[in-house]
Amino acid sequence: MGRFLPDAVSLLDWFADRRKSAPAVRPIQDTEEGDGLWSKCPTCSQVVYRKDLLANASVCAGCGHHHRIDSQERLRLILDPGSFVPMDEHLAPGDPLAFRDRRAYSDRLRDSQRQTGLRDAVVCGQGRIDGLPLAIGVMEFRFMGGSMGSVVGEKLTRLIEAATASGWPVLIVCASGGARMQEGMLSLMQMAKISAALERHRQARLLYLPLLTHPTTGGVTASFAMLGDLILAEPKALIGFAGRRVIEQTLREKLPDDFQTAEYLLDHGFVDVIVPRPKLRETLASLLRLHGVQPQPEAVATP
Amino acid sequence: MARRLLLEFEKPLVDLEEQIDQIRQLARDSEVDVNQQLQQLETLAARRREEIFGSLTPAQKIQVARHPQRPSCLDFVQLLSEEWIELHGDRRGSDDKALVAGLGRLGSRPVLFLGHQKGRDTKENVARNFGMASPGGYRKALRLMQHADRFGLPIIAFIDTPGAYAGRQAEELGQGEAIAVNLRDMFALSVPVIATVIGEGGSGGALGIGVADRLLMFEHSVYTVASPEACASILWRDAAKASEAAEALRITSRDLLQLGVVDRVIDEPSGGNHWAPVKAADVLRQALEETLQELLSLDSETLRRQRYEKYRRIGHLLEDGGG
Repeated sequence: MGRFLPDAVSLLDWFADRRKSAPAVRPIQDTEEGDGLWSKCPTCSQVVYRKDLLANASVCAGCGHHHRIDSQERLRLILDPGSFVPMDEHLAPGDPLAFRDRRAYSDRLRDSQRQTGLRDAVVCGQGRIDGLPLAIGVMEFRFMGGSMGSVVGEKLTRLIEAATASGWPVLIVCASGGARMQEGMLSLMQMAKISAALERHRQARLLYLPLLTHPTTGGVTASFAMLGDLILAEPKALIGFAGRRVIEQTLREKLPDDFQTAEYLLDHGFVDVIVPRPKLRETLASLLRLHGVQPQPEAVATP
Repeated sequence: MARRLLLEFEKPLVDLEEQIDQIRQLARDSEVDVNQQLQQLETLAARRREEIFGSLTPAQKIQVARHPQRPSCLDFVQLLSEEWIELHGDRRGSDDKALVAGLGRLGSRPVLFLGHQKGRDTKENVARNFGMASPGGYRKALRLMQHADRFGLPIIAFIDTPGAYAGRQAEELGQGEAIAVNLRDMFALSVPVIATVIGEGGSGGALGIGVADRLLMFEHSVYTVASPEACASILWRDAAKASEAAEALRITSRDLLQLGVVDRVIDEPSGGNHWAPVKAADVLRQALEETLQELLSLDSETLRRQRYEKYRRIGHLLEDGGG
């Protein structure tokens, strides 16, 4: 018996571990099933009309899962129709290190450009929410995992500088795996560059709101994602500095299932408010008004 | 001194050293005049060392940068400053031993020294967490940098970390937020800031104390956006490709000078800083004093503006839209 017990316990542990390894909160999948008319939720498997899903801001009516949306859809959901004036669309990435891993960086770029119709992983411009002007940057996760290289750094810096000069608030919708390795140290330095522009924006007493969406990690978390005057996040978004696997390897300890979710960060004091996507536009409008942002006349000044 | 730990590519030097030792022994035991022979061998050894260290691959430089006997932050502080008062704590409940800070002098001028601190041996490395700082370390650094700012003390930072600590508690205490706030608030400092990569500069954990008016780098130091090991396992899907990743990432001092990330490369004694720490400190002192002299001639507004512009310029892009 004395010899038996430990084995029995470890068998129970084994079952418990197996249960734990299928977490209650299933990881949000990158590829969403279904094509054309129908869409299947990767979390609750409910099948809905794509049209209905879009009408609900791409949030599953069954379980509240926030489907990934692209930068164009994000702009459409947030801004007044027709108010978006893009900035610096012409900026394109080079290949400063002539980087090549299993594939050449230039090939990876071309693929992402073809797939997204964008030159790099962020869309920037000026727009309005309920007539209130703001500078907005939306990261595009489909473009090399939203990774931050020279172009992302430069476009966001120019956006923030323009906002400082014009007295606009800034909203950045974050979705990024972090610094883009293929541009080496030039990518890392974009963290400092953007933070510097935010410092000037802050000195001018202007409002900066990052919205952290799934996923926001690495060098983006360690710079502009965490520098908001107020920090907003989408439900269940993965937000963190170090990767979960890296931490588990260092600790040899299992982390809680909800580790590094928006809800977990809220509990630990690093997120001000979690905003479900259907409430995003009105929440942003409220926040802008509460901070004294004044409506702008219809005619948009070209930046 | 403990027996020197030898890197793989240093082995050819050991044979020569042993021959030199043997001849010395011989000379002591007998009356044979071996001066000429000794001189020849010593010249040869010096030349071999120059050759080996003059053509290190990026992967070899990483080994030199991580060498356990490479002078650390506190070693340099001891060698540079006779006065030294270490200061502790983030005033939020912790004192991180992986990131040290304190007051001392550079020449006759009072300054704030700070930097990542690795350990010499396993025991010290555990206490220092291998130089991987936690949020409390970055917050301690910022607290003392802002203190230095109020009292007009220049800031001398030493970068030497594999990266910021990746741990559960570090995440819960806001590792990302702590680094981010440092990046932003270092741009508001009115005193000169000089950062020097003395060993390895690992990603955001290095940059968290590395926003500076001038970034200096020792010849064999490395500075990376992600560790070559991590980069290899992500991009090559094979951690064994780390030396290829090290090559591709352009992590050496010369590369980074060329890319406009680093402002000045500090030459190391032949064989690297661990062969002659005192000499390395002398060269470092001279570089720091020259750089500081130059920065002290600027008023604080110019200093802040130039710091902004320095980072503003970094990056590589095509204005016309490219292909």
